[in-house]
Amino acid sequence: MSDKQRLVRVRELKKYFPITQGIIFQREIGACKAVDDVSFDIYKGETLGLVGESGCGKTTIGRTILQLYRPTSGEVYFDDLDLVSASGSKLRELRKRMQMIFQDPYASLNSRWTISRIIGEPLRVHKLFSGAEQTDRVEELLDLVSIDAHCVNRYPHEFSGGQRQRIGIARALASEPEFIICDEPISALDVSIQAQVVNLLEDLQEQFGLTYLFIAHDLSMVRHICNRVAVMYLGVIAELAYRDELYTNPLHPYTQALLSAVPIPDPVVTRARQRVILEGDPPSPINPPSGCRFHTRCPIAKDYCSEDVPEWREVKKGHWVACHEVKF
Amino acid sequence: MDPLLQVRDLEVQFQTLEGTVHAVNGISYDLDPGQTLGIVGESGCGKSVSVLSLLQLIPEPPGKIAGGEVIYRNEDLLKMEKMDIQNIRGTDISMVFQDPMTSLNPVLTIGRQLNEAQVVHLDITREEARTRSVELLNKVGIPQPAERLTDYPHQFSGGMRQRVMIAMALSCIPSILIADEPTTALDVTIQAQIIELTKNLRDEMDMAVIWITHDLAVIAELADRIIVMYAGFIVEEADVFQLFSNPLHPYALSLLKSIPRVDKHIDDRLATISGFPPNNLNLPPGCSFAPRCDYAVDRCWIEVPLLEGVGPEHRIACWVDVTTGRER
Amino acid sequence: MTTTDIAWDISDRPPLTPGQIAIQRFRRHKMAIAGIFLLLGVLLFVIGGSIIISEADSNFIDLEARLSPPSLKHPFGTDNVGRDILARTIYGGQISIIIGLLAVVVSIVFGVLIGAISGYYGGIIDSLLMRFTEAMFNIPSLFLLIILAKMLAGKIPTFTLLGRSFSGSVIVIICVIGLTSWMYLARIVRANVLSLKEQEFVTAAKCIGASNLSIIFAHILPNTLAPVIVSATLQVAGSIISEAYVSFLGVGVQPPTATWGNMLDQAYHHLESEPWMWFFPGMFILLTVLAINFVGDGLRDAMDPRALVETD
Repeated sequence: MSDKQRLVRVRELKKYFPITQGIIFQREIGACKAVDDVSFDIYKGETLGLVGESGCGKTTIGRTILQLYRPTSGEVYFDDLDLVSASGSKLRELRKRMQMIFQDPYASLNSRWTISRIIGEPLRVHKLFSGAEQTDRVEELLDLVSIDAHCVNRYPHEFSGGQRQRIGIARALASEPEFIICDEPISALDVSIQAQVVNLLEDLQEQFGLTYLFIAHDLSMVRHICNRVAVMYLGVIAELAYRDELYTNPLHPYTQALLSAVPIPDPVVTRARQRVILEGDPPSPINPPSGCRFHTRCPIAKDYCSEDVPEWREVKKGHWVACHEVKF
Repeated sequence: MDPLLQVRDLEVQFQTLEGTVHAVNGISYDLDPGQTLGIVGESGCGKSVSVLSLLQLIPEPPGKIAGGEVIYRNEDLLKMEKMDIQNIRGTDISMVFQDPMTSLNPVLTIGRQLNEAQVVHLDITREEARTRSVELLNKVGIPQPAERLTDYPHQFSGGMRQRVMIAMALSCIPSILIADEPTTALDVTIQAQIIELTKNLRDEMDMAVIWITHDLAVIAELADRIIVMYAGFIVEEADVFQLFSNPLHPYALSLLKSIPRVDKHIDDRLATISGFPPNNLNLPPGCSFAPRCDYAVDRCWIEVPLLEGVGPEHRIACWVDVTTGRER
Repeated sequence: MTTTDIAWDISDRPPLTPGQIAIQRFRRHKMAIAGIFLLLGVLLFVIGGSIIISEADSNFIDLEARLSPPSLKHPFGTDNVGRDILARTIYGGQISIIIGLLAVVVSIVFGVLIGAISGYYGGIIDSLLMRFTEAMFNIPSLFLLIILAKMLAGKIPTFTLLGRSFSGSVIVIICVIGLTSWMYLARIVRANVLSLKEQEFVTAAKCIGASNLSIIFAHILPNTLAPVIVSATLQVAGSIISEAYVSFLGVGVQPPTATWGNMLDQAYHHLESEPWMWFFPGMFILLTVLAINFVGDGLRDAMDPRALVETD
């Protein structure tokens, strides 16, 4: 594959949050290693799923890619343009092309603004269209997400959770982006609404040729919507593979445990399953375990697992794993 | 065998600035000893409110138990005096909630909270209570239980706190454990641990369990029988295998078709339920699901359907036969 | 395009806006309504009265009538140089209330700016600004008030506005009170900004590329209106009292401009012998401050964000 097809490239990305102490001048006494050396590509037109449990760093990666957090080290390229060292105005330009959809449909819209103002914000910031054209564009966007255009002057609290999420999607589409990071877009919605929003996202992808990074913890939904899936644990990616390959042939012990822990809506199947139940709690990202971060809970951990950080290797075509025990 | 708990025509309402919210609209069901009953539904369906009212935990005002009775050991729990119902709570019938952080007192140690209930209800000394507490913490899988008795809630992780909640709920050997979305806020691997724990404990103690969730997959693992609620009504009640293999209410049917599975890839679009969630302030005169139902006939708009048997242990509240599309 | 499904049904009664809910709750607060009526009464007196009685009357010196008790000619009595106390209470009230309002404006501008910048930018800016705020807090405000008032006395000459002349000391007092009462608001605004800036709608704005200034003024500040309004209302009362203190101590508004405070000062040597000299201005201060406090309490309850949480 030529480089042009790789819309986003992430190399050795790290994001540490310093823990500080001090009255006027803050001294760093430790760090929360939210993302600790992560590398992957996102291909144009695909939906890459990024899954993991709380504290694994998936949300932080999303925000760091978009430079909402500045990386501690590492590189991020969007369409071969370096995002990390991009200047303020250049970055602003690029923001037109990459957007985000957020998890909380209540907190992600300013409750004091009308939805017309909310959806129109990208148009105003980037000075796209003006006056009457802006209004038309807003109505067009509302139409795309199946919200009645007459509601343009209503406030967010007058809409349901699912509708607010659609408004958030309309806002993300306003500047005609190529790449959208969906940060747990359906976790806060009722089950019957989740399907609607997911279908909408799929339709929009087809219509506009969008590329998605789909961050989620619901592995069942990820199996439905994603082309490739990356599994994160405590700041590192444990495994990355094409969807069917990952779900039918998981190689990393964490992926195996994770998949076996997901309940299945079928009492016959689920009660007959062999579960891998992990012991204990995930360690804290402030003091992650040495070597392979998963070794403290891993059912097949050996001595060297606590000493050496496993290499991120492509063990099969398109299937990457970071585990000492997985051989070629 | 006589049922342990009999709920008959329970109705709960709330007075708000905007009018009366009809949260629970006349539900009836039985719970047998040792049985696990799952109550499933989306937000606003009344599942939490219905179980809170069993133990008179609904604040009055603005809430009000507008009708019905709940018979436990030949007495109506709804009509009991404050003293008596307080004796039942935590001893005969215990509850575990979704957010352990707000159900545990943050300024008291775990040991103190565990001991309190036992000393009062079991009439034992502090020393005896302490010994039992250590055993309980051990049973729920908390490592180093004796040391942890002197810890405060914030020193436990989410999963551990939930285990402590379960320990507290079990401390006085209840005959019924009510769990209100206990794993919704937990990671999937921790959720698996808690489900496993609950299964072991309930088998060991021969305890009846009422498990409330919106997650059909979770309930498939645990329940013997399932009640599906919508807009404060029971719409379907069935044995767990029956419900998943042969759902007969349009809502349950659509819900099951709209959720993805982690063990199978669904290529087509997810089935959705059209329309929007019910408004308990203003319920329609007929079946509350009619506006969103693919099978609605004229009668559905006028008369509220009654919960009637359609097979052994299988009841639905619907005027239509979904297999034929015609009125039953 | 897509086959879904939600056609938004514009119900005949859209849900109440937070503003409407607040008004409803305010109306149920009996004390607050009483406060509003009381305030309206005072304002009527102070504004309406000035239409009937001219300012010249309030400054008219009539030595023969000095120190006379309330009578038909002088319903509130006269002061030590024979000026009509009723008239002075009316005009004094205008000044006192104006000082109260404008001082709060100064205080809001400083408090909100410092609080917003401190909360939003954080880091060393926050540390420095907050240490400064705390230092200001710790200096006894009355002390500060007196020193500043003395320092700035006489620096601003008398000026005319809308055909009336005001002593320059009015401006001085407004600034002094404003500059010594912004700290509480700064703290509140900072706390709100700190929590608001973590909200997803702010992250969304940054993601879109909005500038920091636009985020602070268009996104964050409109969401902190509630505590600002409540605090500002209560501060008006505080400012009126501060003015009374300062003028009573002789370093406030200078004669001949009357304020309730300096009327109290002039009554100092006549406390027992001519009680009407302090009674009327004192009572008006009391009523006004009480009324404002009631209204402020009502506003605080009405705008309590916890009560506006929606249930799904």
